[in-house]
Amino acid sequence: MDLATILQVLDSTIRLSTPLLLACLAGLFSERAGVFDIGLEGKMLFAAFFSAAVAAFTGNAWLGLVAGIGASLALSAIHGLASITFRGNQLISGVALNFLASGLTVLIAQTWFKQGGKTPTLEDGARFGEITLPFAETLSGVPVIGPIYAELISGHAILVYVALACVPLTWWVLYRTRFGLRLRAVGEAPDAVDTAGVSVVRLRFTAVAICGILCGIAGAYLATSLQPFFSKEMTAGRGFIALAALIFAKWRPWYALMTCLLFGLLQAVALRFQNIDLGAFTVPVQVMDALPYILTVVILAGFVGKAIPPRAGGEPYVKER
Amino acid sequence: MTFMHKILGSAAALALTAGAALADPALIYDLGGKFDKSFNEAAYNGAERWAKDTGGSYRDIEIQSEAQREQALRRFAEAGFNPVVTTGFAISSAIESVAADYPDTKFVTIDGWVDPGTHSNVLSVGFAEHEGSYLVGMMAAMASKSDTVGFVGGMDIPLIRKFACGYAQGVKAVNGDATVIANMTGTTPAAWNDPVKGSELAKAQISQGADVIYAAAGGTGLGVLQTAADENILSIGVDSNQNHLHPGKVLTSMLKRVDVAVYDAMTAGADLETAPRAMTLSDNGVGYALDDNNAALVSADMKAAVDAAREQIIAGELSVHDYSSDDSCPALNF
Repeated sequence: MDLATILQVLDSTIRLSTPLLLACLAGLFSERAGVFDIGLEGKMLFAAFFSAAVAAFTGNAWLGLVAGIGASLALSAIHGLASITFRGNQLISGVALNFLASGLTVLIAQTWFKQGGKTPTLEDGARFGEITLPFAETLSGVPVIGPIYAELISGHAILVYVALACVPLTWWVLYRTRFGLRLRAVGEAPDAVDTAGVSVVRLRFTAVAICGILCGIAGAYLATSLQPFFSKEMTAGRGFIALAALIFAKWRPWYALMTCLLFGLLQAVALRFQNIDLGAFTVPVQVMDALPYILTVVILAGFVGKAIPPRAGGEPYVKER
Repeated sequence: MTFMHKILGSAAALALTAGAALADPALIYDLGGKFDKSFNEAAYNGAERWAKDTGGSYRDIEIQSEAQREQALRRFAEAGFNPVVTTGFAISSAIESVAADYPDTKFVTIDGWVDPGTHSNVLSVGFAEHEGSYLVGMMAAMASKSDTVGFVGGMDIPLIRKFACGYAQGVKAVNGDATVIANMTGTTPAAWNDPVKGSELAKAQISQGADVIYAAAGGTGLGVLQTAADENILSIGVDSNQNHLHPGKVLTSMLKRVDVAVYDAMTAGADLETAPRAMTLSDNGVGYALDDNNAALVSADMKAAVDAAREQIIAGELSVHDYSSDDSCPALNF
């Protein structure tokens, strides 16, 4: 295997990891605050549709992104209302949102565009193009480092860099700010937070809103950057892989980055090499596709360290009287 | 009094429409959905053409889940629709369990297979996809400058391997040294609707030198065609004519005349013959698309060679191996 091939696989890894990473960080905020969110998939799908639709109408990718975030936030608001305000079951609310997004996107797309639940293909201006970082051209002549910089690090859509920047940002917010401390506390011991005079409801709503914003960016990345259109069910289970990644990462931001890159790499390798011939036996492509789930089960079973979810996760908070 | 009249009136109107519906055909699309720009859309076009030509009307439904197949079949049969036309191989087993309960209703399964010996009211329509794929494979090999061509399949099922195998044989017939890179998107129905993955597969094939890619992958194929157009290489569409999606970038489309099958079944109506039907090159059941969008891409030599091969296949002088006949392919290793 030569350097060019490795670079192509890693390049593909970054593209495939980005939506996972954004959705994973979204889930991290929500779950760290004690609100399980199984509706990441639905939020991404919703955002994907509205970003592509608005970008198609206005011809502006940024307006599309804003619309995607708005759509995702709307679903977050419903989730928050159901599971925080009315103390409903968080899993059921999430599942319902997934169904809602799956049906509603196709229905609205068919009414607006009459293309069978697909949006029209976006023109170049309405799509996030690949941006070339400074010096990529000049450095590309340098052996090894040149191609790595020019192909792997440069030449992605802006949302990829946004996603990568979200990792240290998340870490800083969670572990270095007062808000982050309270957010983590509200997922572990909401009664203590309440006793300290901080509003549990407001903290959780904030976390769910951040989750909505990040899912919105993930959806917009799928439909206005990776692909210049929305097509039905185009998230194809990425929200659930992101949930698996979140557990694998044990609800920590840097680990989330590593996990998402690993899952992305597995996908990229599976797509590039399909059946991997190891001489003695062949690894079928299905094994690579299933690996993220298998690894997550292994982690959950406690073979490699322990994945302990936030203690108050899934529990609606009821104020003591 | 007027209220009573209204009720009676609407009841009478309802009875009338129910009566008129008696001999109407019905159409059930597969999970890909009515407007998939491909397989199901071809069925829709056939039904629309029938409705326009005959002035008749028909009912159709897009099912949303596996469980709805049997439900939809029963509902149409109960309501007296005849024939009930269905698309996609997956509905066959549902038809098998329903057909015996409605002996007077004719069912049509396009792409599926139901034994006519046990269910005499079911017509199975199959296509010689390997023959059509062979022709577009020849065109791919002639258009390729790198001697490497790609194939992206949807869900990994024998039917899609049949496409891949015919394609590979066509490529090798023109250029024995050409490389065919064949990839499947996945093993679950989600593989029909993942343009992002289709796009990554196309990028991976392009990086391995492919400069013509044939996509037989439903909605996933849209991602393949898009990436091919973005990266300035050629692609080949499937089922419906997809040349218009990226004019000048889609070499051709392998046509599967699902519309003809639907049209013929609806025209025959309740008197439908149920001997299994194979739609091949000879009755234009499969073929390749040539229109204004790809006229500049298809040279006279290319057209001559492909048409000659077509004649040979029809005459029986050239036989294309059918993957589904023995689950193996001489030209391609899966």
